[in-house]
Amino acid sequence: MIDAGSDRPLLEIGDLDVFYGDFQALFSVSMSLTRGGATALVGANGAGKTTLLRTIAGARAVASGFIRYDGSDITATPPHRRISRGIALVPEGRKLFPSLTVEENIQVGAAARASDAWPLDRIYTTFPMIAQRRRQRAFTLSGGEQQAVAIARALASGPSLLLLDEISLGLAPLVVGELYETLAGLRAAGATLVIVEQDLRRAMDTCDHLVCLLEGRVALAGPVAAVSRDEVVAAYFGEGARD
Amino acid sequence: MNWVNAVIQGMLLGGQYALIACGLSLAFGVMRIVNLAHGDLAVCGAYLGLVLSSVLGVPVWVTLPLLLPAAFAVGMGLQVLLFGRALRHGVLAPVLVTFGLSVMIENLLQVAATSDPRGLNGGALTLASFHITSGITVSWLFLTAFLTACAVLSCLQLLLSRTSWGRKVRATADDLDTARLVGIRVRPVFATVAGIAVATAALAGVFIGTIGTFDPQAGTNTLIFAFEAVVIGGIGSLWGTLVGGVALGITQVVVGELNQAYAVLAVHLLFLAVLTVRPGGLFTSHQSAAEARGAGGAGGLRGFQVVGRVRGMRGRGAPG
Repeated sequence: MIDAGSDRPLLEIGDLDVFYGDFQALFSVSMSLTRGGATALVGANGAGKTTLLRTIAGARAVASGFIRYDGSDITATPPHRRISRGIALVPEGRKLFPSLTVEENIQVGAAARASDAWPLDRIYTTFPMIAQRRRQRAFTLSGGEQQAVAIARALASGPSLLLLDEISLGLAPLVVGELYETLAGLRAAGATLVIVEQDLRRAMDTCDHLVCLLEGRVALAGPVAAVSRDEVVAAYFGEGARD
Repeated sequence: MNWVNAVIQGMLLGGQYALIACGLSLAFGVMRIVNLAHGDLAVCGAYLGLVLSSVLGVPVWVTLPLLLPAAFAVGMGLQVLLFGRALRHGVLAPVLVTFGLSVMIENLLQVAATSDPRGLNGGALTLASFHITSGITVSWLFLTAFLTACAVLSCLQLLLSRTSWGRKVRATADDLDTARLVGIRVRPVFATVAGIAVATAALAGVFIGTIGTFDPQAGTNTLIFAFEAVVIGGIGSLWGTLVGGVALGITQVVVGELNQAYAVLAVHLLFLAVLTVRPGGLFTSHQSAAEARGAGGAGGLRGFQVVGRVRGMRGRGAPG
């Protein structure tokens, strides 16, 4: 498992180029994640946030560059091996399996579990709202409950690095607040988080690092404490580059 | 009394159609592949049964413990070597590949076994029958085929709903891309599904060869009936496939009672009627109900859905 005492970054990405056919989605993206940290990945629609998360999870092939996780190169590792090493993605739009029950969705998440995978009862203690709905089909749940199931499915694999893509999309602020409280609990338990979030303030409140993507390139990166909101907004819209 | 008899005989015949169709339905439901060689693979099963039972000198039933695992292995091999690769190249490639396989199988069988019609040695079961009433006689062989179809469908249903393998299969059928993303290894899932599809086809082929005769060209006709059973029942719905097969069987025998010349035509007309009135088939699976919901009122139009699925098929079959 992960050597928690090490100062080595948990994840290092170097000069990553990713394409969709002829279209280049990421240009020489580099970043590194410290253990136990939370990184906000921000940027406009189409900036490449989802692509970057999916590339880390292994769903997209890398044209050039490297991804190093816990000291070893995983650039060409298939998704199920990354999951068993502790990388899990909560995809944008939740992507639950509609013909499976809530519990089955969570069990499927444990298909390639890491050594410290979460047992079902721990998941239900963390998300009491879905415990009563375990026998229902996932698509019959409310949006917030579905998002909780999507996070639970990722937790079932026992992730050390949890990638969360737009988990607050379309949810009531109260529900979003609850989800973020759960994330704070996960972090306290030692998980490293990458959060894609449209709500810049929530992102900056929750995370200690920030990476802003602009048209597939890193426009700004650094500790949240060291960047101002104006700098982030400028990087977000690319205003600095045009001055 | 004739009519009751016709319905009973038709239902039993329908069991055979369902048995051949369930593999087709499963493969399409999970991998979105329409295997045009499915009928020919069933006929291959019959020929393999013929070879094994003549070499060993036993009724074909005794050879099933050899035949079914062999068919399963062939299915896995075909998926890994052929279908999986074809699925990576869009919608048309699997159609062409399975059509080509169908032509190759028929011609190879022609060369190896000649076009003489053959029958399988079903032992004492072949001619045994019993009377329900004076007018209704049921063949043990037909009843066995029907009960086997029910048993196979029940087992498949149980495997799909109760096992961890079944969960992975259903998740993969729902959303291939996400299945991979949550760590399901898609290639073994596809390979085992293809193995089961071919094994059930071979089992159906054994019944076809025991009940009637078969020749190298028999696969095409078999495929058409199987395909119609799948479409009538609702694509991807296993029990729907049984109902579809039974509907075909009853239509065929009841119309045959009136005029034998129109029996097969009536079956095809039933298929066209269902396709016109309920293009999604009589039974819509849970999954497609969810999809219809997800599509925001695309209204369970199965035509729509197939287009959606075909679009979703891009990039399938990459190493999982």
